[in-house]
Amino acid sequence: MMHRIRAFEEAAARANEDKLVLGAIHLSIGQEAIASGVCRNLRSSDYLLSTHRGHGHTLAKGADATAMMSELLGREGGICQGKGGSMHIADFGVGMLGANGVVAANINIAAGAAHAIKLKGDDGVACSIFGDGAINRGPFLEGLNWAGVFKLPALFVCESNGFASTTRTDAMTSGDGAAARARALGIAAEEIDGNDIVAVDEAVRAAVDAIRGGGGPRFILCQTYRLHGHTASDPAVYRQKDEVKAAWGNDPIARCAALLREAGVEAETLEAHRDAAAFEMDQAYETAKAAPWPDISLAYTDVQDIGDPRERAY
Amino acid sequence: MAVMTYAEAGKTALAEEMRRDPLVWAVGEDLGRGGVFGQYAGLVDEFGPERISDAPISEAAIMGASVGAAMAGTRPVVEMRFADFALCAVDELINQAAKARYMLGGQTKVPMVIREPMGMWRSSAAQHSQSLESWYTHIPGLVVAVPSTPADNKGLLKAAIRCDDPVVYFEHKNIWGLEGEVPDGDVVLPFGKARMEREGSDITIVSWSSQLHTASRAAATLEGQGISAEVIDLRTLWPWDRDAVFASVEKTGRLLITHESVSVGGFGAEIAASVSEHLFKALKAPVRRRGAPRIPISYAPPLEDVVRVSEERIIETVKEMMAG
Repeated sequence: MMHRIRAFEEAAARANEDKLVLGAIHLSIGQEAIASGVCRNLRSSDYLLSTHRGHGHTLAKGADATAMMSELLGREGGICQGKGGSMHIADFGVGMLGANGVVAANINIAAGAAHAIKLKGDDGVACSIFGDGAINRGPFLEGLNWAGVFKLPALFVCESNGFASTTRTDAMTSGDGAAARARALGIAAEEIDGNDIVAVDEAVRAAVDAIRGGGGPRFILCQTYRLHGHTASDPAVYRQKDEVKAAWGNDPIARCAALLREAGVEAETLEAHRDAAAFEMDQAYETAKAAPWPDISLAYTDVQDIGDPRERAY
Repeated sequence: MAVMTYAEAGKTALAEEMRRDPLVWAVGEDLGRGGVFGQYAGLVDEFGPERISDAPISEAAIMGASVGAAMAGTRPVVEMRFADFALCAVDELINQAAKARYMLGGQTKVPMVIREPMGMWRSSAAQHSQSLESWYTHIPGLVVAVPSTPADNKGLLKAAIRCDDPVVYFEHKNIWGLEGEVPDGDVVLPFGKARMEREGSDITIVSWSSQLHTASRAAATLEGQGISAEVIDLRTLWPWDRDAVFASVEKTGRLLITHESVSVGGFGAEIAASVSEHLFKALKAPVRRRGAPRIPISYAPPLEDVVRVSEERIIETVKEMMAG
């Protein structure tokens, strides 16, 4: 899965360079262990709410790569019919209830999805993944408090990649940070190495088990690093070169490969996985490129049931 | 038919819908004690605290969580306490609830009702008195309801709860105690169908919510002075009943729109523009609007009254229009 996410993001970056991606895209290169480690512990029927940097989460939850790539290119066959683009990717068929263009907005929505699970008496989990920039917006307080008050089956995962857009998050964050804030709200919180797939997997599995057992919400702070800029077009010159170089030395995919090699997996096997992922995403890009634009009649569909948007009110 | 208040009619509608559909639930501050205006009184006894749910004073979470709960298969009725406080949850309503269905390519709907008690009531000043209904008509995806009578508060709230779109539902605080006949049973009103409050032949007066009653009283006074005013209650602003308004203006040739909200950018402007675009030749006089001046609402009654569009001001405007 980590290879698939990396390959998708690299294909998306190529599409961006080819000027076929229309709006901003936010790549998750370097953060693949979190998406993979979280989603492998969620059922398809569990809910996931993601962010503007959500390609990896969506793929890991089970969405189709070609439909996602077609959405990035705004083409027919796009997972949201070309109406949403990168920041609104969703696949309700696999419980992925949407990326979000507004930082932290998904936290309250995930709390509400968890509320619905509780009201209906299901044993599902609603998970919100958000960045470290989100912890300074109100929904971080309001959503976590809500989940705590109602003892909801909600998992909150903070991907702390060090940057809130192009500003260092710690320069703009008072106090002891995300985990301390969650604990202050009475929510069990732990901080882990988000580039260690094993650590993520174990922490999320334990948290999800506790949540399904009726233990209420959990919070996991995953430390990681955004290896590229804020958007695919951001050269990220505000970072020191040696810092970035060191971060590449902590690449979660390379670390996972090293563990697997130690465990006796052949290098050829790992390369085959990487190559298969690259082939899949190249194909997804080619298919998306070949697709036509959406029919313009779609502009008027799915606005709302009540009231005709084609009325002469404009 | 039973006689009940505007508040009781809303409560009846909610109770009937909650009995009909176990996925309907209400959430907001103080609902367990009946809500700040008593409009939920006793409901927790029948439906329990999970379905008549208290909430922290956390409007963004009330609204945002309800968006998620609606996407995940329930039908939340959101209580915002005062329309003014819903401004703490603008992102959740405008960027999330209104747009989710469209921007996610039709994969979801967001069936929720946002109850926003509006308007001037008991010297509540600038942060507890506003009428902001026109803002929401600007947002694709939302339905906007502005009931003026107990019967409509029952029929429209039931329609709102059954609607799969987010419905911004404005109840006017000044008429919570207004009594009227309310049909028994499962009467659900359609959106976008105006109500003929009073028939007339000289001028059309369009209004809604509490202001409708002021317009109606003005029309009764005018009748005694030989001017026959037709009064139309729009009931919903999106969609709004263009056909009813156009038909009336074709008949009378004159149109006055009056609302409690600020005149500038108010929904009266939309109606006036539409009539001017399509019925210009039918008009015997310029279309007029009577809304509030563009000032915040004061506390002291004489200052607050400056904001009100009184019966006298409506009468005066109608007479100006009749004089040509």
